Amino acid sequence: MLNFFQLILIYAGIYALMAIGQNCITGYTGMLSLCHAGFFCIGSYATAIMCKTFGLSFWLSLPVAAIATGLVGLLIGIPTLRLKGDYLCIATLGLGEIIRNIATNVNPVGYNSIPRASLFGYQFASRNKLAFIVLIWVFVLIFYILFQQLAHSRIGRAMIAVREDEVAAQSNGINVTKYKISSFVLGAAMGGIAGCMQTAYTLTVQPGSYTFMVSVMVLCTVVLGGMGNGKAVILGAFIIQFISYLPQLTGLTNVIPAQAKQMIYGLLLVVMMLWRPQGILGRDRFRYGDPRTRREKIAAFFRREGRNAEGGAV
Amino acid sequence: MRILETEHLTREFGGVIAVNDVDFHVEKGLVTGLIGPNGAGKTTLFNQITGVDKPTSGRIIFDGRDITGLPAWKISRLGIARTFQNIRLYKELTVVENVMMGLHFKVGSDPFRHRFQQAVKSYIFASRENREVYRRAMEWLSFFEMEEHAQDFAGSLPYGKQRELEIARALAAEPKLLFLDEPAAGMNPSETAHLMQVVAKIRQLGVTVVLIEHDMKLVMNICDSITVLNFGVKIAEGTPNEIKHDKGVIEAYLGREEEDE
Repeated sequence: MLNFFQLILIYAGIYALMAIGQNCITGYTGMLSLCHAGFFCIGSYATAIMCKTFGLSFWLSLPVAAIATGLVGLLIGIPTLRLKGDYLCIATLGLGEIIRNIATNVNPVGYNSIPRASLFGYQFASRNKLAFIVLIWVFVLIFYILFQQLAHSRIGRAMIAVREDEVAAQSNGINVTKYKISSFVLGAAMGGIAGCMQTAYTLTVQPGSYTFMVSVMVLCTVVLGGMGNGKAVILGAFIIQFISYLPQLTGLTNVIPAQAKQMIYGLLLVVMMLWRPQGILGRDRFRYGDPRTRREKIAAFFRREGRNAEGGAV
Repeated sequence: MRILETEHLTREFGGVIAVNDVDFHVEKGLVTGLIGPNGAGKTTLFNQITGVDKPTSGRIIFDGRDITGLPAWKISRLGIARTFQNIRLYKELTVVENVMMGLHFKVGSDPFRHRFQQAVKSYIFASRENREVYRRAMEWLSFFEMEEHAQDFAGSLPYGKQRELEIARALAAEPKLLFLDEPAAGMNPSETAHLMQVVAKIRQLGVTVVLIEHDMKLVMNICDSITVLNFGVKIAEGTPNEIKHDKGVIEAYLGREEEDE
């Protein structure tokens, strides 16, 4: 039981990383992309090849995986981002499958016994799940903060303008193509980082694990949590993974078939679309016009915390 | 001095010639009206000039520079801003955020700095930059007397206010030339009167204004010069008084009189 909870935490972290990328693409820039499985695959393979064939450490192969995936994102993005809505969705879906098929044909067996990641002499072994939970969630936290900063900067505002109305964005002097491609590349790179984490955890890479279902799950995560909301996406990752491990958690693996989760995802999406299309938490509203600096805001936050604590004591 | 000139501008859609060999010009500092019956090619002409659409042939010269075929975002950075006939606000964003979008290349975009360097700077100092953008956006809102609506959603504003907000967003980019596509469409008389004051205020800022409008009272009152299009062809240009008495214009609007008397 505890084992499954730990597994949920690990995979929720991996999916949260991917969902942060998907959120950048779909939530902020408004492009419906369905090829995160492909990016995930490239990140995993890049890490496996770097660690095993070239003998690089995990920490060096992480940026290599991110950059390689980003470059593939750029290659895919330049021709496909001219498309809109459903057309873009279909094109990226196809490209995700192409990446998986290339991986299957080049190396159908995949890679096994990839060297472990280590930090200051500590070896991250797959059976020590707690260490992985910490490792992955530290990364989720870092990228959450980085992408929140992006969303609340001039760049993020331009992305939101592109999502809201491309024609208006253009006439506000926003280079729509540039922002679409940058956002796609950043989102793809997050898929690569998630792939890297997955490889570090399982130490094997098999082309069979990067199916279209992964892309759907990542998109589900974003839609479920709330598009264009960093926190919501992480919440979504938890919910999706929880559903995914539901049979194991309830001990009903014999009763509930593995395919049931796909039905639940589908049902969940339909229900969400009907009753809460903006997602569980809805869109993140950034209040412009708070004249305080960030330092003052943080100070105010802690002051409030302190007051609550005092109140509790009294 | 002419701030904008088009030479033999033509736009064909398949067999339809929406804009046919039009030489349109705008004098600096004046308010120019562009009128004509529905389907005369007024909005198409606007779209060619602002880069939303590309002309089939002809040239567009803005401030002594050939801007034909440039992408819309570059044209707007050169100093041409516009509003749209069917209001194109970012409806799910707040009023102040809408104006902040208009400031996109005014704050955090330094033409002398490398673009990547610029992006990194905007990223790291986002909160300082946001405060600056917000301050300037609020200045524009106070120019339009809309500060109290700053945190409302743009889509929730009354129609007249939405039109004004679109003008505020366009003006935030401090353009040399401002195109207004039917700014008074759907406005009630008091809103139209307010709009006239707004256009007068914009003119005082030294911004050249070009407007498409069907409200003849408004056009005759605020325009210094008027150009008339009909079926994509320029049929007249001159002062409001000249246009009022132009035979071709009257025919275009009301039809030819029977000449059998």
